[in-house]
Amino acid sequence: MSPRRSELKDSGREVALFQRRALVGFLIIVVCLGVLAARFVHLQVVRHDEFVTRADQNRIKLRPIPPARGLIFDRNGVLLADNTAAFRLEATPEQIKNVDAMLERLREVVPLTDEDIKRYKEQRKGRRGFNSIPLRFRLSEDEVAKFAVNRWRFPGVEVVPYLTRTYPRGAEFGHVVGYVARIDEADLRDLDVTRYAGTTHIGKTGIERYYEKLLHGEPGYERVEINADGRALRVLDSTPPKPGKNLYLSIDARLQEATEAIFEGKPGSAVAIDPRNGEVLAMVSVPSFDPNLFVNGISHVDYRALVTSPLRPLLHRALVGTYKPGSTMKPFMGVAGLEQGLRRLDDTVLSVGEFHIPGQSRGYRDWRRGGHGRVDLVESLAQSVNTYFYSLALDMGIDRMSSYLAKFGFGARSGIDLAGEGSGILPSKEWKRAMYNKPWFPGETVIAGIGQGYWVVTPVQLANATAILAARGRHYPIHLLRATQSGFSAPVEPMPVAPSGPSFIVNMTNWDRVRDGMVAVVAGPTGTAARAFADAPYVAAGKTGTAQRFSRTGNEVDTHGLDAAQRHQALFIAFAPVDEPKLALALVMEYGASGSLDAAPLGRKILDAWLAPPPSAVPVPGAAVLRMPPNAVPAQAAEPAR
Amino acid sequence: MISALRLDRLTAMAKSQLRRPRVDLPLLIALLLVGSIGLVTLYSAGDKDASIVFNQGARFLMGGIALVVMSRIPPSSLRNWTPWFYAVGVVLLVLVELVGEGRGSNRWLDLKFVRFQPSELLKLATPMMVAWYLHARRLPPDWRDLLVVAVIIGIPAGLIAEQPDLGTSLLVAASGAFALFLSGLSWWRIGGLLGVAAAAAPVAWHFLHEYQRNRVRMFMDPESDPLGNGWHIIQSEIAVGAGGVFGKGWHQGSQSRLEFLPEHTTDFVFSVFSEEFGLIGVLLLIALYVFIIGRSLWIAANAKDTYSRLLAGSIGMSFFVYVMVNGGMITGLLPVVGVPLPLVSYGGTSAVSLLTGFGVLMSIHAHRNFAR
Repeated sequence: MSPRRSELKDSGREVALFQRRALVGFLIIVVCLGVLAARFVHLQVVRHDEFVTRADQNRIKLRPIPPARGLIFDRNGVLLADNTAAFRLEATPEQIKNVDAMLERLREVVPLTDEDIKRYKEQRKGRRGFNSIPLRFRLSEDEVAKFAVNRWRFPGVEVVPYLTRTYPRGAEFGHVVGYVARIDEADLRDLDVTRYAGTTHIGKTGIERYYEKLLHGEPGYERVEINADGRALRVLDSTPPKPGKNLYLSIDARLQEATEAIFEGKPGSAVAIDPRNGEVLAMVSVPSFDPNLFVNGISHVDYRALVTSPLRPLLHRALVGTYKPGSTMKPFMGVAGLEQGLRRLDDTVLSVGEFHIPGQSRGYRDWRRGGHGRVDLVESLAQSVNTYFYSLALDMGIDRMSSYLAKFGFGARSGIDLAGEGSGILPSKEWKRAMYNKPWFPGETVIAGIGQGYWVVTPVQLANATAILAARGRHYPIHLLRATQSGFSAPVEPMPVAPSGPSFIVNMTNWDRVRDGMVAVVAGPTGTAARAFADAPYVAAGKTGTAQRFSRTGNEVDTHGLDAAQRHQALFIAFAPVDEPKLALALVMEYGASGSLDAAPLGRKILDAWLAPPPSAVPVPGAAVLRMPPNAVPAQAAEPAR
Repeated sequence: MISALRLDRLTAMAKSQLRRPRVDLPLLIALLLVGSIGLVTLYSAGDKDASIVFNQGARFLMGGIALVVMSRIPPSSLRNWTPWFYAVGVVLLVLVELVGEGRGSNRWLDLKFVRFQPSELLKLATPMMVAWYLHARRLPPDWRDLLVVAVIIGIPAGLIAEQPDLGTSLLVAASGAFALFLSGLSWWRIGGLLGVAAAAAPVAWHFLHEYQRNRVRMFMDPESDPLGNGWHIIQSEIAVGAGGVFGKGWHQGSQSRLEFLPEHTTDFVFSVFSEEFGLIGVLLLIALYVFIIGRSLWIAANAKDTYSRLLAGSIGMSFFVYVMVNGGMITGLLPVVGVPLPLVSYGGTSAVSLLTGFGVLMSIHAHRNFAR
């Protein structure tokens, strides 16, 4: 590198250098553009004739054929989501000169809402002009006939047969299966436009949304010959679309139906899981809504009714509903206490009706005035004695409590195959610091021991925890999708069941003791659910819970004048048969006076429906299987899946 | 009386304007011609949709205002603002990376009252920054200068390529590189740079998005997938070739009318033009572009200081990149890269930013060195 001779710039030299460079640059540019011009000469003069021929022969266009959406069945092949034939009105933008005038005239023939028109105009922007765009779905027979007569007045507008989604079971599966609806602008933003060419609907909620990729399929194409005006003359050949996969859910429609019926329309939720493999057998959220309303655009009246209803039918309670677990937390606490060595199997506590933190005056009550006397773990579970768990919680401390209960899946999403799951709240010192920037108080540990305070669980979470408890600490990821099938002639392919890890319970006698306590709940002389489970033909293990809807210390809600059912939520968890559990259940009644009176009897009915169905009430398996050819009945589904 | 007085002042102003005009008339006329050709072509390509012409006309008006405003700002002021301008541009690019929106890529920044692409700012800010830096250095630049300039160019070009917007990234990088070239960087250093670039190509391939790789593959062999990615190139070549020497006539191009051409108002508007106006039209348009570039370089050669010279030259040469990349794309000479045909393609931001650039040229022209 040469040393600097002078800081003064040699301006004249620099200008000359620049001008040389500018000249060279210009010459290079002229040469490059000369090459470009030569390329134009090559294409437009030398190969002109060839391209004229090719342009004239350029009469072939690709038209997308949307794939048929996969169907959705329950575990026995009962149809939950179907495709039915219908007619829709489509308009091809490039063939319509004055859109507004055409639409005005068309409205006189076929009723169109302002929303239809707005949606049509939005879609016009995104797509190529020669692809037709739907204007209205599900024309009635009258409308089809009326349009056919007037068809000549509307070039570029056509009635097209198509498959539309219907949900034969209606509201029963509104939350779980969900619904499809028209693709909107938000969907378009992250949509593979080629895969969805010709597709009009997309899964919005539930299974329809979660498994959109499986259900949608791959579009086909047909090569169409067009005339000089761009009108299709004939189809030359086509690549058929690949239909979406049929899905078989682990849900049993009979159990789902029975479970829903038990609620009698009162708000609540229940989730039933097979603890041996994590299959969800029933998932109910009451009240529900009819998903069919959404498929072709819900009317404002219907939508307002759903949104403004105080019972919030659109809320998927099982998935995102938040409840205090109350005493249903006690079995899990029991396992934690024994496993952590804080309590021996036969340790007892004296319940006098009120528990005090040493040195503090505030009393923490038992539900029975005067207390339950001296009780061990089994009796504490059977009678739901708070004092046992107050003192256990205090000994354990909140952080040890929450880190152990996290093993049962509390405070985290269960990972069920539905979008938007809530994660609940598993309180800890750190959580409270992050949330409220306040220190943790020992009193909060005490009430956490009986599932009050900051605790929040979702029914799915509670059912998942119950299933883990039923499986003696082994965790099978819970899921709804049981098997898939590529077309009706294809075999049903079961989804691999994710293996569980080893049990986190070290000493199984600890588990046995908690189970004994839960059996005492439903079968013991003092059990809180004993009356509900009198004469049950199987041995179940359960736990009732009654949670306060409002914090008693908080003053935001005046609880005076409200009856018990308005102040409380009733919960119940159970698994059965106790020796080899086939069903784990969590149930929440939003307006229940107590778990013992309101939740446990419903839980009994659900367990009965699965484990001891009255013969007449059982629909013949396969009776509803209309769409499946006999040879396609899946092997697992053919035998009643128990 | 008063009106006569006003008239007097007006004529005086007009005279001073004539003595030392703010705008370069030949350049302005050439720009107007290209713009008019653009509007005429758009009316046909947009299937006689007047709203497209109105929208584009409105953008030309906006660009024209920007041009006049820029022509009033002396280059010395521009030079003083350059680092700020550049810094703001880069910050906006980072911002767009974090909060931007756009289908599949982050290009747009929504400022509530206006949505714009910060990358357009960098098309001007990058050569300005390079010129600003080299202005203070002794030319020709040495290795150290080269390194600094590489960083100045690399930051915005890399951020824009990441969006991913390869076309704009290419334009930004080229505009900076031209300033470097015009500053007299020695030929063997240029050779060294090209060598490094060639060596880096396989590495760059690794970082390209899949759709960008496909475009390059299709360019290599468009016939291999005539119904998929190669479709654009083949249909465009057919349109151009079928145009012949004299063209099919205005609004007679079947390729565009029957929608065989994709994006026929934006990236592929040149194909429509070639089909309808033929080789004669194409040569005329190219000649206009050559004139605009040549005139810009002439203005640069007569500029007052290093900053003005490098900036003006870079703006002119960047214009060439637009024409070459777009023309090369529609004739199958270059891979498909989303670069518009300047002042013809439908689309607001590029028209406005181009005309702003020419406003800077006009200012440099108005403040040229008369003494020389």
